[in-house]
Amino acid sequence: MKHRYLPMTEQDQKEMLETISISSIDELFSDIPEKVRFKGLYNIKEAKSESALAKELTALAAKNADTVNNVSFLGAGVYNHYKPVIVDHVISRSEFYTAYTPYQPEISQGELQAIFEFQTMIAELTGMDLANSSMYDGGTALAEAGMLAAGHTKRKKLLVSGAIHPEYKDVVITYADGQSIEVISVPTKDGVTHIDSLRGLVDDQTAAVIVQYPNFFGQIEDLKAIGEIVHEQKGLFIVSANPLALGVLTPPGKLGADIVAGDAQPFGIAEAFGGPHCGFFAVTTKLMRKVPGRLIGETVDEQGRRGYVLTLQAREQHIRRDKATSNICSNQALLALAAAVAMTALGKQGVREMAKQNIVKTRYAKNAFEAAGFTVVFQGAHFNEIVVKTNKSVTEINKGLLAKGIIGGFDLGRVYPELENHALIAVTELRTKEEIDALVAEMGALQ
Amino acid sequence: MSHNENQPLIFELTKEGRVGYSLEPLDVPEIDLHELLPAGYVREELAELPEVSELDIMRHYTALSRRNHGVDSGFYPLGSCTMKYNPKINEAVARYNGFAHIHPLQAEETVQGAMELLYDLQQSLVEITGMDEVTLQPAAGAHGEWTALMMIRAFHEANGEGRRNKVIVPDSAHGTNPASATVAGFETITVKSNEDGLVDLDDLRRVVGEDTAALMLTNPNTLGLFEENILEMAEIIHSVGGKVYYDGANLNAVMSKARPGDMGFDCVHLNLHKTFTGPHGGGGPGSGPVGVKADLIPFLPKPVLVKTEEGNFHFDYNRPQAIGRVKPYYGNFGINVRAYTYIRSMGPDGLKAVTEYAVLNANYMMRRLEPYFDLPYNRHCKHEFVLSGRRQKKLGVRTLDIAKRLLDFGYHPPTVYFPLNVEEGIMIEPTETESKETLDAFCDAMIQIAKEAEENPELVQEAPHTTVVSRLDETRAARNPVLRYTK
Repeated sequence: MKHRYLPMTEQDQKEMLETISISSIDELFSDIPEKVRFKGLYNIKEAKSESALAKELTALAAKNADTVNNVSFLGAGVYNHYKPVIVDHVISRSEFYTAYTPYQPEISQGELQAIFEFQTMIAELTGMDLANSSMYDGGTALAEAGMLAAGHTKRKKLLVSGAIHPEYKDVVITYADGQSIEVISVPTKDGVTHIDSLRGLVDDQTAAVIVQYPNFFGQIEDLKAIGEIVHEQKGLFIVSANPLALGVLTPPGKLGADIVAGDAQPFGIAEAFGGPHCGFFAVTTKLMRKVPGRLIGETVDEQGRRGYVLTLQAREQHIRRDKATSNICSNQALLALAAAVAMTALGKQGVREMAKQNIVKTRYAKNAFEAAGFTVVFQGAHFNEIVVKTNKSVTEINKGLLAKGIIGGFDLGRVYPELENHALIAVTELRTKEEIDALVAEMGALQ
Repeated sequence: MSHNENQPLIFELTKEGRVGYSLEPLDVPEIDLHELLPAGYVREELAELPEVSELDIMRHYTALSRRNHGVDSGFYPLGSCTMKYNPKINEAVARYNGFAHIHPLQAEETVQGAMELLYDLQQSLVEITGMDEVTLQPAAGAHGEWTALMMIRAFHEANGEGRRNKVIVPDSAHGTNPASATVAGFETITVKSNEDGLVDLDDLRRVVGEDTAALMLTNPNTLGLFEENILEMAEIIHSVGGKVYYDGANLNAVMSKARPGDMGFDCVHLNLHKTFTGPHGGGGPGSGPVGVKADLIPFLPKPVLVKTEEGNFHFDYNRPQAIGRVKPYYGNFGINVRAYTYIRSMGPDGLKAVTEYAVLNANYMMRRLEPYFDLPYNRHCKHEFVLSGRRQKKLGVRTLDIAKRLLDFGYHPPTVYFPLNVEEGIMIEPTETESKETLDAFCDAMIQIAKEAEENPELVQEAPHTTVVSRLDETRAARNPVLRYTK
């Protein structure tokens, strides 16, 4: 058949069959037992030409309310941020996106060096000694952190703050189930992990305490106090962090964290209906050989020239098989590249400035909501999210907002029964004063 | 600048005061960070990120890209990885506003288009695999393996058979298989291959028992050979109450020819970044959907995407027996969009041709190279085949040397030293998107290298000669790990 992806011609086919000394392609499948042979064609939609398919899928995409043509205040772990235009130009270079994992370093120096730079940037932002080359996403990175802690401490209990992302928590529970590890939820008070409850729960069987920074409600946890409590019992301290927030927040590495996991989505990665995003995983040197996934290291070639290779591979599945530190193989290399380009473009000054805009604009929104008579619950320090109490279902309010071109905040009642009629409002640097004022006014009118 | 020159790290190109970004000025009242954050929580030392201009960035990454080889750069016959062409329409569609810029927690009625696409992809994969239901949640192949094993575990536990703690894996299996079994809480038992390169049925019968949870198998196997005893194997496992798992890494070899669901498999994972052209991205993102037969459906991870009677699409969370959530949100949507676009570009006839040409290409190369290299398993292969470099090893030329010498010809080498049951293995997978001219040129290069091994072995042993770096000191990298730049 003729297809633009299939260069085979009748002449090619004839010559190749002659070389193989067979008369038809079917003979190559003669080892498939008759009983299991599939006959005919798949019952799937017929092929479309490039232009017809583009037209159809353009229409399908247009059925969705996107965050380009609407003003989004939805966050809850995935954010609508400034994405430098060059990010897409770099990751569209096919030398990067059509390459496999850099197992042949001589012809993969570009990828290897770019990811080495990514590892450095994540280590810098988190304040940790080192970072790996990426994980699937923030949720699975956090789960792997929990597994690492259980393996390292040989303990079977994870204490997870009630203020971490609920879907991250679900993923931790699924992974823990596979390893017969117990997951205990730590109560929250005023939107942050309740320190006294935590102190009562941590014991000598605690592998790790997991908190989020800023947490799911946008609040800043007291990492220093939490780290001290878990370290007293020789457990590990795991922090799930928003890397952009670390532009203004003291990095977890300076506050006692042993592992910092998270998602680099705020750096140049589109919301994309939840993926692909880019998990990251940073640790102290003491845990270096327990890290899941790929690590890029610097070395030299035979002439003494600097170069980069995949290293410490004795941790990985293709070498250690059932004794590997994780089963992860493909990760999110291309998104790590995207995040690296965005972090480079923003740079030392830009990450700080953008993070600052988030926190300042969110404070503006908080004040505006309060001035309009709304209650903003959880009065602690926040980054780019606040919890606003409404007197009507948030889902209903959001319907009204959408009619005005606004994608409203996350309906916390969907997950927390005690937070029915509470919206988690996310304000990024992209939201203007006018847009924030409009949100407050529309929500007021819809109540 | 020659691309043979060392490219500095981006940190070494930094100059204080340069910027590469463009943010709107703050339009709300400025507030000092110390008023917004508690004492001790304002970052005092800024992260040492680069300070470079936009052109600096573009030149840096362009220079790096020139030090990298992708499918668009040249032939990439990396066995088991299915390095086929990555269509450009896929990239365009994945960037449509309505796909790239939608939030996973938006109300369902605002993302029906995305959900329709996912649902249609699920249904297509159900048909392609012969399974009853598919989840698109797993992020990659290994993640899919683990997801399916967790479901098998939950299935056995629900039947009061939690004692089943062994997963059987052939010695030729991908490394992720035993690793995923461990992460899912199982012990791995290895089953041997016989002299034909297939699973040894007697050994399989010996290792099964009432503690058998599952057999993990790829078919065709990693030697590129179809496990023709598959029905007997499934019967052996099923007769003791175990489940049979299909590692779909090699699906490109059997599309429209044989479906896992018809071969007796109970569940399957696919690598959409292999068979269905989601690009490999230099090591991800992937997408690893899992398909299951009816009795495993209750254990699918939450949420399950369903179509309502009214024709709307809905995420169903009311799944009391589900293994839970394996990933935040709904999987690597962007890769799923690419795979869907590919399937719609090929259609039923196209997917059949894909497999036929992939297999024809592999057999053609195998026969062209057979006189020059050892062929441990001499029968029709599927989408890939494994040569042995033992003839060249006797001349002092290792398979690794052959791989490195191929770099000088502008090729990405095949997978080497895998599977583990072939001495000096060279695993070649051409895929269907390569032309006969490309295959011939590669074969000519391999034949020339075989001759060099006889006549001028040093030339091969010291390869590569033309790359931006020569062989790198991996021992040094592992002994004294330098994993980040420091000033």
